[in-house]
Amino acid sequence: MLASTRSPLAPLALALGLGGPWCLPAAAQEPARSAEAAAPAPAATETRVGLIYRPEPAPSSYDAEAAPEDEGVAGARMAIKDNNTTGRFTKQTYTLDEIALDATKSAVEAARELVGRGIKFLVLALPADEVLTVADAVKGEGVTVFNTAAPDDRLRGADCRRNVFHVVPSRAMQTDALAQFFTLMRWRKMFLIIGPQDGDRLYAEAFRNSARKFNLKITAEKPWTFGPLAKARGDTPTRSEAMVFTRGVDYDLAIVADEANDWGDYVPFRTVDPRPVAGTQGLIATTWHPTLETWGAAQAQNRFRRQAGRLMRPLDYQAWAAVRSIGEAATQKKTVDPAVLAPYFADPAFSLPAYKGVSLTYRPWDHQLRQPVIVVQPKAMVSVAPEQGFTHQRTPLDTLGIDLPETACKFP
Amino acid sequence: MSRGFRANASGSVVAWALLAATTLAGTGSASAYTVYVTNEKGNSVSVIDSETLAVTGTWKVGRRPRGVTTSKDGKELFVCASDDDRIDVLDTSTGKVVRSLRSGPDPEQFILGPTGNLLYVANEDDSQVTVIDVEKNKVMAEVPVGVEPEGMGLSPDGKILVNTSETTNMAHFIDTTTFQVIDNVLVDARPRFAEFTADGKFLWVSAEVGGTVSIIDVAARRVVKKITFKIPSVNDEAIQPVGIRITKDGSKAFVALGPANRIAVIDAKTHTVEKYLPVGQRVWQLAFTPDQKLLFSTNGSSNDISVVDVAAEKVVKSIPVGLLPWGVAVSPN
Repeated sequence: MLASTRSPLAPLALALGLGGPWCLPAAAQEPARSAEAAAPAPAATETRVGLIYRPEPAPSSYDAEAAPEDEGVAGARMAIKDNNTTGRFTKQTYTLDEIALDATKSAVEAARELVGRGIKFLVLALPADEVLTVADAVKGEGVTVFNTAAPDDRLRGADCRRNVFHVVPSRAMQTDALAQFFTLMRWRKMFLIIGPQDGDRLYAEAFRNSARKFNLKITAEKPWTFGPLAKARGDTPTRSEAMVFTRGVDYDLAIVADEANDWGDYVPFRTVDPRPVAGTQGLIATTWHPTLETWGAAQAQNRFRRQAGRLMRPLDYQAWAAVRSIGEAATQKKTVDPAVLAPYFADPAFSLPAYKGVSLTYRPWDHQLRQPVIVVQPKAMVSVAPEQGFTHQRTPLDTLGIDLPETACKFP
Repeated sequence: MSRGFRANASGSVVAWALLAATTLAGTGSASAYTVYVTNEKGNSVSVIDSETLAVTGTWKVGRRPRGVTTSKDGKELFVCASDDDRIDVLDTSTGKVVRSLRSGPDPEQFILGPTGNLLYVANEDDSQVTVIDVEKNKVMAEVPVGVEPEGMGLSPDGKILVNTSETTNMAHFIDTTTFQVIDNVLVDARPRFAEFTADGKFLWVSAEVGGTVSIIDVAARRVVKKITFKIPSVNDEAIQPVGIRITKDGSKAFVALGPANRIAVIDAKTHTVEKYLPVGQRVWQLAFTPDQKLLFSTNGSSNDISVVDVAAEKVVKSIPVGLLPWGVAVSPN
């Protein structure tokens, strides 16, 4: 069969006629006479996208669920292929320049190197501090930065930057999504358990705000002081003090704030009272999950698995959405000129179809990508926020996260 | 939504009895067609008699069956078995798979050429359209198109094939003699279905996420009109147009609106939406009987199909089928 004579992932191979005598390359065709091409046909133009990430340290040999080395990167690569498939018809090509940070190179140095190569779009899979230093380092150079990994609300608030767009949902969006689901279920009383790290503290803060917003009651708060017991797995017996610290609390649901995945998975089934667990583990709010298959997600899951040889993870999806934002804006504006595209991302006319059943847009007031947030347990989709009944004068999507009247973001 | 749907389903018994007495009684057995419904998660085809509206059989097919069509003589049924990367061919007299066609990976939708031999297949996972010689079971061509090719429309003269790609958001015009893409028209987000008018002058393309139907002037290859939908008490986001069918006389169009759980009835000449028919949940694809008296819709989330009396513009019955009904085809005789 012809399909077996070539890589299914190589549009260029097709364009070169490697698909066999019957395989006729569309890229050789003029896109003549279409309404779009009635304007002067754009010259074939290459858009280079820079990606900066820090690979996870090599996992312990016994870690069954370690993050893959190419987490996020594989999603960006898939989006480049998708952009190029569309680009065959719009005469646009896309390439990805990846820089994996190590101890010898800072994020700013990597960003300067990429911008020095003429790159105007930077996709970052980095923590909040590095997103800010990169954004400030490239300020005024016509560079658009996409944040795919840092959920920090301050990046959408007091520390917002005009040249940064946030694909990853903020912590506020994540905890609002959970709070809406709890409201729907009439689960009111929350027991908040907070880990020792900064991200845990910020997650707890976001959850408190969501509880206020959706009228949930936090009946108790306790710090987690027993160390990374979940990482220790089954080789340590259940620690009794970790069990009894849930005694005497009146609650419907335990909320764990453990962004590092150190101990949150230790809590389910070990509480004194039988109570479900949600937050950063148990029932979580996220962008992607292996069981998401509606709205065409099954196609993206299959395409990703064929290309990367593993399941697609939330960071892969977020990097994909960042690179696809560039491709989609270029298709819609019929140009890859960064000066045209940069202001267009925040234009209400921009929209990104991204397997969520609705088109996604960036909020003009803080550049956060508006998006449905999925609520999942480890092996199943549970719900999708915004939940039915949560309405907003603009779009139900704006019931998630910080709304225009509350924003602390003032673009300089 | 489900409340409205149930009320309609129970109320439809009376309506159906009336209809059977008035409309169908006079037409006799000539109107007894066979309706085939693919059940995407049931890995089966439900078979329904169009006169009694009863399920007469359930046939096993390959995994994730979606697109479905009959041969011109009605003796064979073609079913895209997406997860098995093949097209199953069933003998409609026995309900057995008699052979499978080499479709290329992940076939989703297809359309049969006017001679009944060439089958044009959208390979959703592989960004291409595969052209198959059905008799020889041979791949005639592979045409590279955009990301996630889906909708397939063929001009009445068979000369122009249109494929829509869901992530590229284009309608690709393909010359069926050279198998080359001759033009691309940008439409709204996630185009799902392409349907030519009977005179071949216009092409209707639904956009699931965009929430619109674009009408393309086929000669000029540009969008001349975009139909939008507004349903009281339904979120705009839930209005996701998918399947389209246009009557042969060019007077009416029916558009399935996905999770809005409605079929829009459109004056196909003025392009105004006249009414919305409440059907089952996540309504997906549509098919007329050859006499165009009835229209069937697959309702994926409620695991049933709705039957619409085309002249009366009323839903007359819902029929439970298998798990996640996706495609529907009606025998030619």
